[in-house]
Amino acid sequence: MRHTSQTLFDKLWSSHEIARREDGAALLFVDRHFVHEGSFHGFSQIKARGRKVAEPNLTFGVADHYVPTHDRDKAIANPEIAEMVRKLEQNTIDNGVTLFGLRDRRQGIVHVVGPEQGLTLPGLLIVCGDSHTSTHGAFGTYAFGIGASEVAHVLMTQTLWQKKPKRMRITVDGQTGAGIAAKDIALAIIAHIHADGAQGHAIEYAGSAIRALSMEGRLTLCNLSIEAGGRCGMVAPDATTFAYIKGRPYAPQGELFERAVEDWSRLPSDADAEFDREVSLDAGAIAPVVTWGTTPDDALPIDASAPDPARETDEARASYIRDALDYMAIRPGMKLTDVAIDRVFIGSCTNARIEDLRAAAAVLAGRRSKVPGLVSPGSSLVKSQAEQEGLDRIFRDAGLEWAESGCSMCVGINGDLVPEGERCASTTNRNFKGRQGRGARTHLMSPAMVAAAAVSGHLADVRPMLAGRKV
Amino acid sequence: MDNFTRLTATACPLPQPNINTDAILPARFLKWPRDKGLGSVLFNDIRRDADGNELADFPLNKPAWRNAQILIAGRNFGGGSSREAAVYAVYDYGIRCVIAPSFGDIFAQNSVKNGLLTAAVSDAEAAELAAAVAADPSRAVTVDLDEQTITCGNRTYSFAIDPVSKNQLLNGWDDVDLTESFRQKIEDYREADRQSRPWAAIGR
Repeated sequence: MRHTSQTLFDKLWSSHEIARREDGAALLFVDRHFVHEGSFHGFSQIKARGRKVAEPNLTFGVADHYVPTHDRDKAIANPEIAEMVRKLEQNTIDNGVTLFGLRDRRQGIVHVVGPEQGLTLPGLLIVCGDSHTSTHGAFGTYAFGIGASEVAHVLMTQTLWQKKPKRMRITVDGQTGAGIAAKDIALAIIAHIHADGAQGHAIEYAGSAIRALSMEGRLTLCNLSIEAGGRCGMVAPDATTFAYIKGRPYAPQGELFERAVEDWSRLPSDADAEFDREVSLDAGAIAPVVTWGTTPDDALPIDASAPDPARETDEARASYIRDALDYMAIRPGMKLTDVAIDRVFIGSCTNARIEDLRAAAAVLAGRRSKVPGLVSPGSSLVKSQAEQEGLDRIFRDAGLEWAESGCSMCVGINGDLVPEGERCASTTNRNFKGRQGRGARTHLMSPAMVAAAAVSGHLADVRPMLAGRKV
Repeated sequence: MDNFTRLTATACPLPQPNINTDAILPARFLKWPRDKGLGSVLFNDIRRDADGNELADFPLNKPAWRNAQILIAGRNFGGGSSREAAVYAVYDYGIRCVIAPSFGDIFAQNSVKNGLLTAAVSDAEAAELAAAVAADPSRAVTVDLDEQTITCGNRTYSFAIDPVSKNQLLNGWDDVDLTESFRQKIEDYREADRQSRPWAAIGR
């Protein structure tokens, strides 16, 4: 048989394909299914059919979207929010599904908990009713977000019908400058290919700058694949990946781990494998990035100025820019470093892992924030670790609030909202109108850049603030 | 699920790009159960002011388009969050087809599961269609899924949809019933998979 070169994604796809229909759709096996409070629609659908979860041992519940980040020892004050958390508890109990619930020490944001617990492994197919499921691709995993009907289908069958996406490779070669984080790489990519640039594609991130990233950095990068429109994003597993996984609670142990590493080492794309689309960026040219508008591709280097619709030749584009600047209350052509902020948020599945908190703390140490702000660690275990390292003191001494873990102010449904008209420098993933609260204005950036904005009271370049500091 | 074959209806232009699922259905309405109906809060924060009053400029608020069953939208309609409730809101309002240059992948997939057609046309064609119905809201638009055509006045456009989604929409298939017929294949896969990927099992 002739050997055909395969990409990482081709290998992941073929190892999960159970059957293929004439119209091209394939039935895929799902290795892990994460559910959260928002998955109640899926549970309602299976209940309506009189069905139960088919594979409770491959299904894991995580309370993250609606959980309070304050006063966890008290009952949840808002009855509707309390009901959402209770429903997840009930649905997981009724179906014999393990739950990392509100009071579990392993609780946290689903896309932080999965990797942390060793549930996320290379070569797996992982789904969750959340678009940022692409995060898990950092391990060389086929991971993607699904809607409620697909959640119900997976709950009932542990499989999913999918059409195969096209393959796209984004290569970032070279060395990033000091103070440049995975978030800057991701926002630079999104600005380059646009918010719908990877639609219908499975992205593989490659190149020396990607290989140099820690697992935390790769998770941030893959997390933001969906903001470029990608179905999923992935990084081929390597020694960094294996070292992260080894010894985690749900990871294979002993001989099985050795066997796994052997198999996982064969996952990277073959040298001559072909992609449907190739994009490349120079890591050395990436500066700290901030968003100015209302989609993640409205992103510019911090030393740039906001666009001026009067200088746009395309009328539709000019109209879009006018609308975005108007919502953001930014003057055309205004220097981004002149944009004053009202608060900061450090958190979310994008940027609330231990490395993110360390990066923000490195800037904040010995400094005060000029604005109020909230820090919500990615998981309760990240919170404990940060406290052991004394990071909580740095945040508190800077005047920021140190809270419990959850999706919090990234989506605002637990009640952590940015007040109307206020401007927030945020480590999150979406600067959509109203995302952090009705009329709230969001600027996306890295944790270090949020810390720089906090200390300055306006959007600011973190690089000068790092002089003489260990980062 | 309801199938989709052919529809002739009023079409409402909504040409801004990047109308994401947060705009289609703001997150605070995600707690609502499906049977409550989500049509009343479709596009809520761009359709109404903070006090709940309708914004006169928003196209769906204009008498001519209030009962539209087709939306003609801009690029990247339904990008962002995977919330299927965004599709419920569109469908519950009475919309059965969205025409746009591109769609968020998850939104498009969710639409198929609920009988909502997402028809992809070029940027220029979407702009032309939007301009035509803006100029004359009474002009009905016909969408034929089998033929993959959109007809407006004397102009006919082809639209793109992948064959998998087309198949499912035309037939109103129930995925779960179909999957059950593959039960033996699933068992065979699992048997072989236990040998080829023993580490994929839960490690404790």
